[in-house]
Amino acid sequence: MPVFALKPGYQGERMDRVENFGGNQIVYFGWDEHRMFCAAKAFPLPPSMPFSAVMEQIIPEAFGQHPEFSQINWDSVEWMLNNEPFKPQLDVSLEAQGVDHKSLIRFKTPGLTGYNGLGV
Amino acid sequence: MAAKKLNIKDKYRLLTRDLDWDFSYEDPKKAFPYEEFEGIKITDWNKWEDPFRLTMDSYWKYQAEKEKKLYAILDAFSQNNGHLNVVDPRYVNAVKIFLTGVSPLEYQAYQGFAHVGRQFSGVGARVACQMQSLDELRHVQTQIHAMSHYNKFFDGFQEFSHMHDRVWYLSVPRSFFTDARSAGPFEFMIAIGFSFEYVLTNLLFVPFMSGAAHNGDMATVTFGFSAQSDEARHMTLGLEVIKFLLEQHEDNVPIVQKWIDKWFWRGTRLLTIVAMMMDYMLPNKVMSWKEAWEVYFEEAGGALFKDLARYGITMPKYADVIEKEKEHISHQAWWTFYTHGHAAGFHTWIPSDQELDWLSEKYPDTFDKYYRPMWELAKEQEAKGERFYTSGLPQLCQTCQIPMLFTEMDNPNQNSMRDTVFDGERYHFCSDGCCDIFKDEPEKYVQAWLPVHQIFQGNCGGPDVGDILSDYYRMNVGVDNMDIKDSPDEQRWNKWKGVA
Amino acid sequence: MSKVYIALQDNDESRYIVEAIEESNPDATVIHMPAMIRIEQENRLVIERKVVEEKMGRDWDVQELHINLITLGGNVDEDDDQFVLEWKQ
Ligand SMILES: [Fe+2]
Ligand SMILES: [Fe+2]
Ligand SMILES: [Zn+2]
Repeated sequence: MPVFALKPGYQGERMDRVENFGGNQIVYFGWDEHRMFCAAKAFPLPPSMPFSAVMEQIIPEAFGQHPEFSQINWDSVEWMLNNEPFKPQLDVSLEAQGVDHKSLIRFKTPGLTGYNGLGV
Repeated sequence: MAAKKLNIKDKYRLLTRDLDWDFSYEDPKKAFPYEEFEGIKITDWNKWEDPFRLTMDSYWKYQAEKEKKLYAILDAFSQNNGHLNVVDPRYVNAVKIFLTGVSPLEYQAYQGFAHVGRQFSGVGARVACQMQSLDELRHVQTQIHAMSHYNKFFDGFQEFSHMHDRVWYLSVPRSFFTDARSAGPFEFMIAIGFSFEYVLTNLLFVPFMSGAAHNGDMATVTFGFSAQSDEARHMTLGLEVIKFLLEQHEDNVPIVQKWIDKWFWRGTRLLTIVAMMMDYMLPNKVMSWKEAWEVYFEEAGGALFKDLARYGITMPKYADVIEKEKEHISHQAWWTFYTHGHAAGFHTWIPSDQELDWLSEKYPDTFDKYYRPMWELAKEQEAKGERFYTSGLPQLCQTCQIPMLFTEMDNPNQNSMRDTVFDGERYHFCSDGCCDIFKDEPEKYVQAWLPVHQIFQGNCGGPDVGDILSDYYRMNVGVDNMDIKDSPDEQRWNKWKGVA
Repeated sequence: MSKVYIALQDNDESRYIVEAIEESNPDATVIHMPAMIRIEQENRLVIERKVVEEKMGRDWDVQELHINLITLGGNVDEDDDQFVLEWKQ
């Protein structure tokens, strides 16, 4: 149902359109079942950024504080992009592998179940 | 001859209903232009009931008495250095949240009721809304006055209204009210008059204020209960509004139900911060959030919805989720603030061992399993000299604007995340409740001012977080924020109390 | 059946009002909490002006209740002689 408005055709201004981010787009990253980080984290990234740069700069910045971070075996990590299984290609840009504005990337680390195995 | 004293009913009729007039040469639709666009049908405003039958003259008389009592206590409080009687300086941080997050809502309520008090064509509703508008103005004034005493002795109070407009976590209460105020007058009444006043303010003003008393804060309990004495009238107005709308026309029922579903969900999300204040910020405990929720939401709200069942109204949507979440949200919220303590305008801390045990006892099904391990990790980090402050900025819910900290009730280890695409852009939500609200009125919620995205757009100064905190939010960095341990607040307190 | 309830600030005036409530509603439950008194009863609760006046030893206007009231639950009906809280289920 559309909004109840005084005049027909009411449309609020979209505050977070990609053009407003100075050439970047927003990408969210979340580590499943690791509640030490209360929520997924947001980053403004150039759409041309290759995934290798995400792995080198963004992921350690976002999750490196976790005691299990150094034990992650990245070959066994399961990725999801916007609710679909995802295989990141390291030398391909975000844009070229379907990571668009306000995409959510989640990953699972089989065998690593959080601090003391408790999802923290 | 002495004038005969009028009885309440006659006085109400003469001093309220008889003040109205009919429009003979102007079009009433032009005088009350907002009354129809929401689809609510009113056939007879005369059916409006005001059970308190309060007239303006009695209103001034009793309000003046309340004010006299309140200010006598506030004066005594400050003359006797009442701030020294609070049990623990940690407690004062709950008062900081109150001043920055709640008192400005009183001002928004004042604005909102002044607006709808002009827009209804029924005089009974107009007068009741005007009184409520004045009440809410009194609430914000008395609260600022009461808390100004703390401002002389503690950090974090000085820029409350500026902070309310800008600080990331304060966009949650602020946007809640702007959402209601930008709706039509009837939705505003269901949102604030009914959902918020009838059920939700009780949780803030009754158990939390009783907790303030139990923690030696006479100023807060006094303004809290003084405000709440008006709330009893506000609650009654809220209930009358809903009964009136439901009795006026059967077509109103689905519209009202939709608003109930929306505003109970919005309200429970908003109260997450109160849950945290009760469970983590009151050193002397009165009742847990879960217990308060059971008394004021489940029991009192349950009775209310049973009463409304005769009109075809049902319990708010997702009441089953809400029931489960009462075991989780206070812990999730405090963890979020603890880990973002560098960016908060108040202090945070690890609960004491005694408090952790109290939480285990009050939350036997969830605390030890999901939340105690977090504090064990935090203690370990702190012992290593690495007090945990999380890096980066969190993803926010488009509707409630809270970081996406809530978890799935069938797997509390996993954050709950929903999304939808509208007009080519993806939007994210903390829950089905928030997602449904967006999908119902996407044209409205696309304009949410999400603090994290605003920072990334360069609209909040920076780019360093420290500069944003000090220049854009006007926090005293290193003074207002960070752990309470070794904070200037704590150091002053120890000096006053002669603790080394 | 559901409970109606009322909460009053814990002070000298309320003490008489609570006594009057207990007299008018023998089955009511009175709960003391920090700084407040909560009274609840199944379905209906009445505060009678006459009884409050007896306890206080002075005239008492039913609308004076607002001064010490904290919160309530139930449908309200107030006139010159009494204040009633009720669920109509
Ligand atoms: Fe208020
Ligand atoms: Fe209110
Ligand atoms: Zn939400």
